[in-house]
Amino acid sequence: MSAAFREKGLSYLIVGPFAIVLAFPFYVMVITAFKNQTEFYNPGITPYWFGKHSPTLDNVRFLFHHTDYTRWLANTAIVGLCVVGITLALAVPAGYALARLAGRVGQSLGVGIFLTYLVPPTLLFIPFFWVINQVHLQNSIWSLVLVYPSFTVPFATWLLMGFFKTIPAELEDAARVDGASRVGTLVRVVFPISLPGVLTVVIFSFSLVVNEFVYAFTFISPSQHAMLSPGVYTNLIRGDLPEWGAIMVAALIPSIPLALLYNTFLDRFIAGFTGGAFR
Amino acid sequence: MEAVAAARPRGRRWTNVFERQGVLASALIAPAVIFVLALVGGPLALAIGLSFTNATSGHLHGKWVGLENFRHEWTNPAFEHAVWHTFLFTVISQVIVLVGAGLIAHALTRKFRGRWILRFLILLPWAAPIALSLMAWKWMFDTSYSILNWTLVHAHLYKPLEVPQYLAQPKIAMGSVIAVHTWRILPFAVVIFLAGLASIPKEVNDAAAIDGATGFQKFWSVTLPLQLPIATVALLFGIVFTATDMAVVYILTQGGPPPSFSTEMVTTWAYKTGVESGSLGPGAAISLFLLPVLAVVSIAMLLFARRSEVA
Repeated sequence: MSAAFREKGLSYLIVGPFAIVLAFPFYVMVITAFKNQTEFYNPGITPYWFGKHSPTLDNVRFLFHHTDYTRWLANTAIVGLCVVGITLALAVPAGYALARLAGRVGQSLGVGIFLTYLVPPTLLFIPFFWVINQVHLQNSIWSLVLVYPSFTVPFATWLLMGFFKTIPAELEDAARVDGASRVGTLVRVVFPISLPGVLTVVIFSFSLVVNEFVYAFTFISPSQHAMLSPGVYTNLIRGDLPEWGAIMVAALIPSIPLALLYNTFLDRFIAGFTGGAFR
Repeated sequence: MEAVAAARPRGRRWTNVFERQGVLASALIAPAVIFVLALVGGPLALAIGLSFTNATSGHLHGKWVGLENFRHEWTNPAFEHAVWHTFLFTVISQVIVLVGAGLIAHALTRKFRGRWILRFLILLPWAAPIALSLMAWKWMFDTSYSILNWTLVHAHLYKPLEVPQYLAQPKIAMGSVIAVHTWRILPFAVVIFLAGLASIPKEVNDAAAIDGATGFQKFWSVTLPLQLPIATVALLFGIVFTATDMAVVYILTQGGPPPSFSTEMVTTWAYKTGVESGSLGPGAAISLFLLPVLAVVSIAMLLFARRSEVA
């Protein structure tokens, strides 16, 4: 009992300080986002808390009325949905086949596909920049719909391969014995059970899209076509006096829901990730 | 054999092709493989092709210049600095990340009250869009209103006019960039470690407990060796994500502070040359210097995958 107690205490002692340091910038974000602007430029008022005229929604109002923020949100949502659609269409069948039908070759091929996920944007942005100039897709969000699956498909295929391996093969065998075709088994038995896995892939692929900066920044310049991150960076920070309050609101709005989803689906993500690697 | 053939309904030959395992497998895998080859292999080949030309964003089809771009960069002091910075950036951040993530993940596998919220806080830097959370850092590193300097001054550690300029003094700027990247990548390594710990069978721990191993003994002789493979995976990912990262450095310092390019990385140098100055050929050549790093890591991963398959 006391040993268990000590172990728990040790956990808090390790995790607590790390949690404070890692989350600190987000705390600063929240305080600045809802703080009156003259207050955060006043060294007499502690930066750790609000002054007399805060919390306020002035910064939120500024962001939504005086910037293209809603356009950036919409652009990001459109690109995200298109990319997730393309990703699922390619990765679900491939992940299933690699896990179930292709045997040892499937395992090696799976690792091969996954390795392409490691080829970074910084190696590919120049050739993509070249291609996008050739096909005149500069400054269009469709350039990103074209390019983003280059990393979401390998990532999603690997995860799905892991998920499909965790589904007992007996279920499919039973369906096949009952006279279902292979394709029928896929559609009526395998896909419904793998829905949680597919949902996990949807969330993580979408968050990869929202997170991406280099391509989005390189391919698109006009504010009304921009994605979230480059939009905020280019239009709100480069002025003489950045609108820090509005910038923090802009950062919080996508970060919090994404982080909540991320944590909720983390255990499933881990199951898929290791399912592909260690079986 | 004949009976089976007779039982097969007519006019459904096309459907029946998919009953053959190999055919179905190929049909399901092929689109993804072709797509990945076209979207990753294609551009990679194109990058190699471009690096031998003097193409610019104005003249997409440049002239063949052979190894000139590589030779020029090899003797360019700016490039030399970029390589050295990338090396420092990668090594220092990965050492901290590995130790930190190992500790955190190990502690997080125990059940305790408030675990969910602590895990949430720890994973925030990785889950939130990086370019946006960098805005908070830019504000925290502000020359006049930095919360860090406010704290230092109020704790009487610094006089108001002597506070550090986090992004403007060369050595400190490098430290800031490394610190922020470490902050960002640490939660990712925690995730990988958690995945690794989840794959250690519970029986191993139970067996160790039955054999009377105490907490530390168990950690040293059971958990740590079993964590070694996952630490390798975390490290390999970490190296790739760090050496090839551009967002952190570009947004925080743009390779500055000027005039000495004191935080310039291979990636930002390639970006400035290839995209901002429009010299696509030289830019491609610079980014290709990252390819050997990538190749070594990929081979290590493949070897690792094969080993864990056999085990």
